[in-house]
Amino acid sequence: MTAGKSFHGGIHPPYNKQATAALPIVDAAPPKTVVIPLHQHTGAPCEPLVKVGDEVKLGQKIGESQSFVSAPVHASVSGKVTAIEARPHPGSGLVQAVVIESDGLDTPDPGMVPAGDVAALSPEEIRKIIRAAGIVGLGGAAFPTAVKVSPPPGKAIDTVVLNGAECEPYLTADHRVMLEDPAAVIYGLRALMQACGAPRGMIAVEDNKPDAIEALQKSLSAADGIQIVVLHTKYPQGSEKQLVWACLEREVPSGGLPLDVGVVVSNVGTAAAVAQAIQSGKPLYERVVTVTGSAVAKPQNLRVRIGTSFADLIEQCGGLTDAGKVINGGPMMGIAQSSLDVPVIKGTSGILCLKRGEIIREQPTACLKCGRCVENCPMHLMPLWIAAYAERALHDEAERLNAMDCVECGCCSYICPARRPLVQAIRLSKYEIAARRRQAQAKKS
Amino acid sequence: MVDKEQPDLLIVSSSPHLKTRETTQRLMADVLIALAPATAVAFWLFGLRAIALVVAAVASAVLTEHAVAALGKRKTTIGDLSAAITGLLIAFNIPPSAPFWLPVIGSMFAILIVKVAFGGLGGNFLNPALAARAMLLAAWPVHMTNWVRPFDLVATATPLATLVPKGVAGAELPTLVDMFIGRIPGCLGETSAIALLIGGAYLLWRKVIDWRTPVGFIGTVAVLTLVFGPSGLLSDITFAGRLQAAASHVLSGGLMLGAWFMATDYVTSPVTPKGRLIMGIGCGLLTVLIRLWGGYPEGVSYSILIMNVATPLIDRFTVPRKFGLVKKA
Repeated sequence: MTAGKSFHGGIHPPYNKQATAALPIVDAAPPKTVVIPLHQHTGAPCEPLVKVGDEVKLGQKIGESQSFVSAPVHASVSGKVTAIEARPHPGSGLVQAVVIESDGLDTPDPGMVPAGDVAALSPEEIRKIIRAAGIVGLGGAAFPTAVKVSPPPGKAIDTVVLNGAECEPYLTADHRVMLEDPAAVIYGLRALMQACGAPRGMIAVEDNKPDAIEALQKSLSAADGIQIVVLHTKYPQGSEKQLVWACLEREVPSGGLPLDVGVVVSNVGTAAAVAQAIQSGKPLYERVVTVTGSAVAKPQNLRVRIGTSFADLIEQCGGLTDAGKVINGGPMMGIAQSSLDVPVIKGTSGILCLKRGEIIREQPTACLKCGRCVENCPMHLMPLWIAAYAERALHDEAERLNAMDCVECGCCSYICPARRPLVQAIRLSKYEIAARRRQAQAKKS
Repeated sequence: MVDKEQPDLLIVSSSPHLKTRETTQRLMADVLIALAPATAVAFWLFGLRAIALVVAAVASAVLTEHAVAALGKRKTTIGDLSAAITGLLIAFNIPPSAPFWLPVIGSMFAILIVKVAFGGLGGNFLNPALAARAMLLAAWPVHMTNWVRPFDLVATATPLATLVPKGVAGAELPTLVDMFIGRIPGCLGETSAIALLIGGAYLLWRKVIDWRTPVGFIGTVAVLTLVFGPSGLLSDITFAGRLQAAASHVLSGGLMLGAWFMATDYVTSPVTPKGRLIMGIGCGLLTVLIRLWGGYPEGVSYSILIMNVATPLIDRFTVPRKFGLVKKA
């Protein structure tokens, strides 16, 4: 166990994890209908492998893409496909989804077969299993894990870091997974280390989770090549670049990825899912979600089938009172929903229900140049100026001030006393700059 | 913005969905609280006249800003308390013998010309209270240098006038204790080092100001006056004499007020930590230059105003190295 080095900037928002931190994970009531979006990961969307009217089994692959950067989707219940159509998606807009009416039987797909002990598997075999199981990063970005552990030739990976920071306020899903199933987390880490040939593994946990740290430490054996790194609790410690710095004192280069400094980062929940895929052949069709917030009557940590609607889960948690916002994820980077008829997707770590009175909706006032955004930016940027340029559509200037290095953590908007929409304005510039770069790229080819 | 509340709809807006409770108004309120000890000392030293001047200055500043908003048919901004602070600081920068119309005009100038004409809060490039003081000194030099003793309000010279090389002959320097407490002639709010230090400590504790500017400012003045002594020459004076000179310089004039409350004004000082240190050191350097070798006995206000103008340049040269910077080979 070692102490990690913190990072520049960051904030200490009220964490509000006490509502669910001590609650064991409970299986959510089996849903009657699930809506499985064919695109719930970073990368190419899936094409459906089933038709309306088909009978499907639990864990059966129902969507796939031929692209390298993609991941298949699976049925999270057994039953009948009633529709394949555009449905609301918690990320945004409407996405093509497979709607399955459950028969309540949970008949397992015969393809769910254990693969044997991880020590006997080759890296290629491990990647195949991860890909076939549709595993993506459960931390929120949902990047296909099989791609992450397939480093291009020439990039050697020496460390796999598991992200157990869970720095977003309110969320406790990762905390409970580490506490209740540390063996799976460690097994998954070993698999990931083997898949990318890394001799060393680290599990990084913030110091506000001492019970999880202890549970993991107890499950480790000296031969694993794995150590626990205890991190100072600060938002956004769980942000990938800040995590790599805190654990290894390596700076991920601008525009690059952790693999450029020999590291692969994965979420603890993802590691547990990898363990289950190898040990029991189970694909990713359920995950732990923290349903919490002052507007929901009974906050809980639930094990949820992918595709269950927010409405179903909120009802199981006692319903809403005086709800102002319902957020997919945490309060700093989560996405506010306009309707409760959206499904839980692979990247849904939490459903946060904030009361109306908690939502601060003051009008922005003049920038005082107080410098708090500069002091708190974990990427060492100058948000007040990037936002000022963005608001005036001077995107070239914003790019010159490194707008594209912004990780959109939201520390600047959080800390601004003038309530200026800093990260929101910076996002506008990032969007424009990315579009211009794509156009320039298209022109070249 | 949702004009009508529709309780059955969920609010949808971009993340983050949490905000700190510390608003501009709260920061400004902290500054007013920090200035309270110095205001109380001003009342103790100079009586009801001090309070009347403070009221005149603050009322003038607040009403001017309110009137501008009303005439321009915009929402008033006096709620953010920055006009009140400007008024209070203007009162602090005039002698207690000043006529009442002096701070009224000063406040109007600060708000209308220095602040509103450049876009209001956040738009000014000069510290409004200091720019107003400079204007008043240029326009009414006699009123602005008519010093009186505390308590009995008898006319006299400030300690600074006796400190400088070409100072008042035969005049007695007050004790360091008197200078620390504030029982000396001077501007309304600048005399009591202890009251201003308490205020400064409060602002540091509440994380309203960055320590780099005041420490850089006062530190530089202390070091330079220690080296050069009271006469400005590296002359043959004892170390004890130099120490006395340095202490006197730190405790007299507008240094404490300037270092803790004026140079730290957000709008007109750099936005980066390194920049703020440079600001403090620059102010200290210029203050000593003016005090020891320049024509004026006091250099604090001009040094801050000059560093205000240099702030955009300082900001440009102290942009932090970005995380993950790829050095070009």
